[in-house]
Amino acid sequence: MSPHLSWVGRRLLLGLGQTAAVVLFVFALTEALPGDAAVALAGDQPDPERIARIRAALDLDRPAAERFLDWVAGLLHGDLGTSLVSGRPVSGYLAGGLGPTVLLASATLLVLLPLSAGLGVLCARREGGPLDRTLSALTLAVHSVPEFALGVLLATVFGLWLGWLPPTAVGADALTDPAVLVLPVLVLISRPVCTISRLVRAVMIEAMASPYVAQARRYGIGGARVRWAHALPNALAPAAQQLARTCDWLLSGVIVVEALFVIPGLGTVLIDAVAARDVPVVQGMAVVFGVVTVMANLGADLVARRFAPRAEVIA
Amino acid sequence: MNSPRSGLARRGFLLATATATAAALALTAGCAGDTGKNADAKNGAAAGSPQRGGTLRAAFPGGGAGETLDPHAANLFVDAARAKALYDKLADFGADLAPVPRLAERWEPNETLDTWKVTLRKAAFHDGRPVTAEDVLYSYRRIADPKGTFRAKASLEPIDLAAGRALDASTVEFKLKRPYAEFPNVLAAFGAYIVPKDTTSFDKPVGSGPFTFGSFTPGKSLVVKRNDAYWEGAPHLDQVEFVVATEESARVSALLGGQVQYAHELSPATARTHEGKGQVQVVRLPGSSMQGFVMKTDRPPFNDPRVRQAFFLIADRKELVDGALSGAGEVGNDLFGKGYQYYPAGLPQRTRDLDRARALLKEAGAENLKVTLDTAPAATGFVEAAGIFKEQAAKAGVTVEVKVGNKDTYWKDILDNGTFASYRSGSMPIESHISQRLLTGSTTNATKWKQKDFDDLYQQAQSTRDEKERAALYERMQRRLYDEGGFLIWGFADWIVATAPAVRGVDAKAPANTLDWARFDKLWLA
Repeated sequence: MSPHLSWVGRRLLLGLGQTAAVVLFVFALTEALPGDAAVALAGDQPDPERIARIRAALDLDRPAAERFLDWVAGLLHGDLGTSLVSGRPVSGYLAGGLGPTVLLASATLLVLLPLSAGLGVLCARREGGPLDRTLSALTLAVHSVPEFALGVLLATVFGLWLGWLPPTAVGADALTDPAVLVLPVLVLISRPVCTISRLVRAVMIEAMASPYVAQARRYGIGGARVRWAHALPNALAPAAQQLARTCDWLLSGVIVVEALFVIPGLGTVLIDAVAARDVPVVQGMAVVFGVVTVMANLGADLVARRFAPRAEVIA
Repeated sequence: MNSPRSGLARRGFLLATATATAAALALTAGCAGDTGKNADAKNGAAAGSPQRGGTLRAAFPGGGAGETLDPHAANLFVDAARAKALYDKLADFGADLAPVPRLAERWEPNETLDTWKVTLRKAAFHDGRPVTAEDVLYSYRRIADPKGTFRAKASLEPIDLAAGRALDASTVEFKLKRPYAEFPNVLAAFGAYIVPKDTTSFDKPVGSGPFTFGSFTPGKSLVVKRNDAYWEGAPHLDQVEFVVATEESARVSALLGGQVQYAHELSPATARTHEGKGQVQVVRLPGSSMQGFVMKTDRPPFNDPRVRQAFFLIADRKELVDGALSGAGEVGNDLFGKGYQYYPAGLPQRTRDLDRARALLKEAGAENLKVTLDTAPAATGFVEAAGIFKEQAAKAGVTVEVKVGNKDTYWKDILDNGTFASYRSGSMPIESHISQRLLTGSTTNATKWKQKDFDDLYQQAQSTRDEKERAALYERMQRRLYDEGGFLIWGFADWIVATAPAVRGVDAKAPANTLDWARFDKLWLA
């Protein structure tokens, strides 16, 4: 096995372990929450007898460890279990929520990557100039606005006041009516675009001042080529890792944005499942979110190795 | 290293939120002002006879991907509204919470009030089958299944369903376990819908309601279509789509942006912002929700009636309504069901009297009293009301310590634990309030009011045929509660819905969950 492959193998194993830890942790946390699905289902009619009946009907009277082992056994067969609330399979919940969230996430990344790289390079080129200073101030300001507030503001201005865009995605299909995605994507990119573009800017400035860029210039390579082909890859490595780190943040951003614009995706499913103490659904979500985060970090490390192989000493 | 940074971040968050909200309010106010006049003019011109056709989209807070169309599993407002579109009950509640016949044309008891004959009207399910006595018995037995967990099960408890039988296709005979004059309340109970015999799957629900099933995506949308054969006459609308939007701001935006024409459950602040501007019509449904505190009457300090009376006198009800409900409601008089059938409207309105409260506390040996008030963001205004009452109590020398709990488990947490807690109730007949919460055997007796003589009064009322005599008995029970009960009921909140200006036919008097609430078959688009 080549050293590269074994490194990837080690990373994958580590990722698998991390996912398992996340799942175990989430199960323990949900168990530690006050009340269970029976209590949440009973709501404002907490008739003790009814709660006991629900509990028995849902098998919640069995010990937690037993239920967890059952679930793990099911997982190994690819069975994520069934929801306590509706009795429908958890995989159905995931499939239902995945579409809108994946669409939202891809649209976000599609806008986020070129925009933040472009802004970063632009600022680095005009270092200290009025454009750089304006963009710096702007990104800092936008970054300090919470998504919720920004979402309400954007929906009010562009949706209700100007009437340019639909203020929510209520009852609309994002595939046939992509306009409903514009405001949610704007909210989602608002913060990562700030952090990543500032990072790209800083690394670009450093790289442009480095000896190898000076050497490239002496060879007579054109300014654009030096910038995009020689200096930028240096910035992309940390940017990719920063992007992976913002993944978990993006997931929580998705929750806010989905609630605010009424997009029935994974975030909404997760929130509802936690409120209903629907443990199997929460566990299924934890697996998905854990795997996504691990994969994103793995991907970022691979990208970092590709663009700046020296960074391997860190990994 | 972390804490100063997060402190700064939080300050940024607060500032930004405040700015954004203020800006948003200013903007919406501005834009409403522009169109206000036109919309008002349109309103006046088009109010007239109902028009047929059109699709109405209604936004409700929902239950997520776990939602089901099983009408017996209904738990939320959106469940009730959807069930009402697809199904019927034998009876439903009018605006005064007295039962109104629906699928049942009439009902009559025997001499002893423990056998009731219910005659069904001519009605058909969406697939053409007639609604029969067998369907009724099947539905009720399904709800009351000993292994089942449906919410209406508790309401159906007085019926001996094994002994119930179909006298003919349209007559059901219900045998009760004891005399029960208020039996029609059971027929109207939350979730007691009639489904066709032997129904077990609700993927493509068949009911007898004003709309037929179109399509359903849990947590997202339900489309229903006009049922031309509906027994009460076909609805005006061609189609209704129920969409789920749990964030209030999303429901308001969708309504203002024209994406929905009906938004359920708005906050008083939102209603005030948009009311009278012509962009939306705000409808306040009075008496929909009782607001109060429960005092556990079986443990100190509230096992002394003088302490409970002192607490009644501490509350400044106007201040609570203005503060916790933003003024959207009216003051309470420590009794449930203001405006409902059997409510004793003649009792004097209780007002604040700190001197008398102090004297009562002193008499009870409870000076410098300290109590913990359990609350949680489980309903609008809970935490605010707790804070306001804390200050009011301080003026009478009582220290109230507010403890904010978990909203998902709140109702179970306060049922048996603690001594003093925030409380709320939706609309139901006064009889149901008493039987579910105030009898020794009640399943959700949060005040632990267990009084033999009170139980006897209730049983006596249920075996009294004459309505006047019964009303007198209800008044005696309520006087007792007014004097020394455990419910400190300080207000009744309006339920706020808003519609697009073109929507007509919304009943402005029906409390939430009564017959004329969320009646989409009665709405039309002008």
